[in-house]
Amino acid sequence: MTKKDRILQCVFSALDELNEGLPREKRLAKAPEVVLFGEQGHLDSLGLATLVVLSEQKVEEEFGHPVTVADERAMSQHRSPFRTIGTMADYITLLVEEE
Amino acid sequence: MALITGTRKGIGRYLAEYYVGKGFQVVGCSREPSAYASTFYEHFCVDVSDEAKVKRMFGQIRKKLKRLDVLINNAGIASMNHTLLTPLATVRKILETNVVGSFVFCREAAKLMLTGEGGRIVNFSTVATPLKLEGEAVYAASKAAINTLTQILAREFAAHNITVNAVGPTPVQTDLIGAVPEEKIKELLRRQAIPRLGEFSDVANVIDFFIRPESCFVTGQILYLGGVS
Repeated sequence: MTKKDRILQCVFSALDELNEGLPREKRLAKAPEVVLFGEQGHLDSLGLATLVVLSEQKVEEEFGHPVTVADERAMSQHRSPFRTIGTMADYITLLVEEE
Repeated sequence: MALITGTRKGIGRYLAEYYVGKGFQVVGCSREPSAYASTFYEHFCVDVSDEAKVKRMFGQIRKKLKRLDVLINNAGIASMNHTLLTPLATVRKILETNVVGSFVFCREAAKLMLTGEGGRIVNFSTVATPLKLEGEAVYAASKAAINTLTQILAREFAAHNITVNAVGPTPVQTDLIGAVPEEKIKELLRRQAIPRLGEFSDVANVIDFFIRPESCFVTGQILYLGGVS
């Protein structure tokens, strides 16, 4: 499994945990193209914050060192890395590779 | 499980022992090692404003203890000096420890608490802020930031069952006021409704109130001791 695949699995695992606390009709599918935030997004700001935190924890468990997903670079990008599950996984991959 | 910052001495050390005595598993931290040892106490050497080290510490807490129920953001430094005689390095140091440090701990603690059943955060303010103490401009301003942080985080974290409050002690006989002239302390005490130095137990009493289960509807409050408002 590539690093990117491992990170995508971490995000899916975070999503599983998030979904547990959501009503059935609001649960998100585990697919890279699922829109998280913004236009047609499935999460409110609280949901997104929770998913980011859970993803950070899963990635730390998987790779053994902490990552800060919501860093200054993420916040200043024109195209938010938190737009879809796939873009978020890509951004975390970038962070892990830079470690 | 409680995490207390600044536990090497003073109020922090007292609180570590106090909450171990009350049956808590306590994690403490300070820049230097602690002489306090207990089966129910673990100490980390960390500068509270060092984000990377603080995050590593939280990673270890999560791995070992899986949860965090209470954060007591006690670590803080003061410097009594007239503004005209205050070096910028002192200003930066106070803001780094008191504001940045408290912020990082609140953020990381909330991350751990929101994956559990919620939690309690207690920050440290001071009566120097409402009393507008001359000579304490930077310290009081840093604690004014803590007050605002407390009130806004209370709202941001409420949906996760996390309460955020602050205790504002009067002067307590610790190193923090060691360099303050006696006359200045007396002058300050005269401005309190109850004009005496605070005791560690006065501070613990307020924290006990904030963290008890029945206080789940109490958040965003700054509680000053000694009748200061």
